[in-house]
Amino acid sequence: MSTGTPLTESAGVAAPAGNLAILQEPGSLAAFWRRLAARRSALIGLAIVVALVATAALADLVAPYDPTATDWGAVRAAPSLAHPFGGDEVGRDVLSRIIYGARASLGAGLVSVGLAVALGLPIGLVAGYAGGWIDAAIMRLTDALLAIPFLILAIALAAFLGPSLTNAMLAIGLSATSTFVRLTRAQVRAVAAEEFVEAARSVGNPPWRIALVHILPNIVPAILVQATLTIAAAIIAEASLSFLGLGQQPPEPSWGAMLNVAKNFMDQAPWMAIWPGLSIFLAVLAFNLLGDGLRDALDPRQRT
Amino acid sequence: MLRFLAHRLALAVPTLVLASMIIFALQQLLPGDVATALTGEERDPEVIAFIREKYHLDQPLPVRYAYWAGGVLQGDLGVSVRLQKPVAELVLEKLPVTLELACLAMLVALAIGVPMGILSAVRRGTWLDAAANGVALWGLSVPNFWLGILLILLFSVHLGWLPASGYVPPGEGLIDNLKAMAMPAFVLGNAIAAVMMRHTRAAMLGVLGSDYVRTARAKGVSPLRLVLRHALPNAAIPIITLGALEFGQLLSGAVLTEQVFSVPGFGKLMVDAVFNRDFATVQGVVICTAATYIALNLAADVLSAVVNPKLRRA
Repeated sequence: MSTGTPLTESAGVAAPAGNLAILQEPGSLAAFWRRLAARRSALIGLAIVVALVATAALADLVAPYDPTATDWGAVRAAPSLAHPFGGDEVGRDVLSRIIYGARASLGAGLVSVGLAVALGLPIGLVAGYAGGWIDAAIMRLTDALLAIPFLILAIALAAFLGPSLTNAMLAIGLSATSTFVRLTRAQVRAVAAEEFVEAARSVGNPPWRIALVHILPNIVPAILVQATLTIAAAIIAEASLSFLGLGQQPPEPSWGAMLNVAKNFMDQAPWMAIWPGLSIFLAVLAFNLLGDGLRDALDPRQRT
Repeated sequence: MLRFLAHRLALAVPTLVLASMIIFALQQLLPGDVATALTGEERDPEVIAFIREKYHLDQPLPVRYAYWAGGVLQGDLGVSVRLQKPVAELVLEKLPVTLELACLAMLVALAIGVPMGILSAVRRGTWLDAAANGVALWGLSVPNFWLGILLILLFSVHLGWLPASGYVPPGEGLIDNLKAMAMPAFVLGNAIAAVMMRHTRAAMLGVLGSDYVRTARAKGVSPLRLVLRHALPNAAIPIITLGALEFGQLLSGAVLTEQVFSVPGFGKLMVDAVFNRDFATVQGVVICTAATYIALNLAADVLSAVVNPKLRRA
């Protein structure tokens, strides 16, 4: 760096040097992207996620048929040029239902995890930063919630709320909340012990300002990783609830609900079971790959 | 050790009480009149009146909880309106089936996950490691009910080797029992195998990097003996503890696996109860699951404290 021409050095040392410093800083966005891009599996995951989101968003344009339109000529029809993924038990186009089903799966994954973060982050922040009896009370409550296995809690919640996609999202989101409370709390306590927080406190910053401005930005990476991995779990949970009849209601398409019907026609129309399952698998795999990649890119200590 | 045990028990009890409160409060989510909702399809005023009295529905929520919790402590989980049987009886009837399934699945998970984890840790960075990680990723991402459907398609519909559904009690024929359980146990164990592989790999990598292993290697201990006699026993502690935590996952998975293979266990009981709006049974199953999970966590804590005295400082 020291061998620049005298002219440029005197003209603008501050600006380029400053930029370079940001680029070299391990926490910067560009460096983060480079580390993520260095992992092929993370990029594959990201590509599948982008493709799935695009499919769900553009379903009206991409799908060859109306996902709920029945055609008696296509009842359990084997895959053909007209119906590449075949037809289902009432002659609906399986490919179109898969494409529209992406909306239910991705929507459920994003909405339920969004809900879990929206609830879990502030609660965890309060528990971790306030400490004392508030912390103790919140921790005992999450202990109790975590004692009920995730899917069983989601099924019970969905059963009492009543079967619908919205209630399934609510049930999954609430079931996943305690994980985010625990994670946020643990992260907050770790960061709050750092010297820069002590410094911020000693210059007279109020607690809310320390929590939001000094602590929150430092725990975002861990939350982001957990959120991505939880989306994968939420997609499986939505498919499971729909498979049990507690999620998306017919005739609206959902991958889990399609599998539920397909298991009755396994010997006559196996394609009805293969494509929805493959779609769930791909979506879950993509978020798992992306989550693992994000973890490695964001936290050098955990890199394997 | 006794003090440690007492401390852990003192933590487990409030957790269970709080969990039971949450599970009890679930019925507040029911739309409309609780008595009518609890009776489900039944519209007989006599049944509704019975339910109203049985659950003290004219009393405020905390009082109702006290009645309910008092019953649970005496082994009374309520009555299944649908099946006309005490819930506790139903649970005890179905529990052995799920326990067998869970144990077989855990065996599958250990048999696949632990050797795979050891191999990938010992051969870190090689194609073997990559392959094992790939298998683990598959296990974590494949929905187990879909895997179940695919296996039925292959082994029952096409090859005709294994029954697609049904359950034979071990007393009526051990071979038939195992044949009926083979696919459900594999499907359920598959996902846990992935988690066990990751735990084993991480634990082994930690131990293999430690000084005493290096010393042993320097002394010329054979690689096989080094892994099995020196490294594995110490790596086993986190594997046992984390394995016990996976039991919750096992119970979650059992719900769907039992549904796919029509295994008449705990999970099937819960799903059938959900469909029949038999909420007392749903609550009973969930509280038993939570109690089992808490007890297993406790057992895992105690077990690791027995193996590693350093952990006994509560």
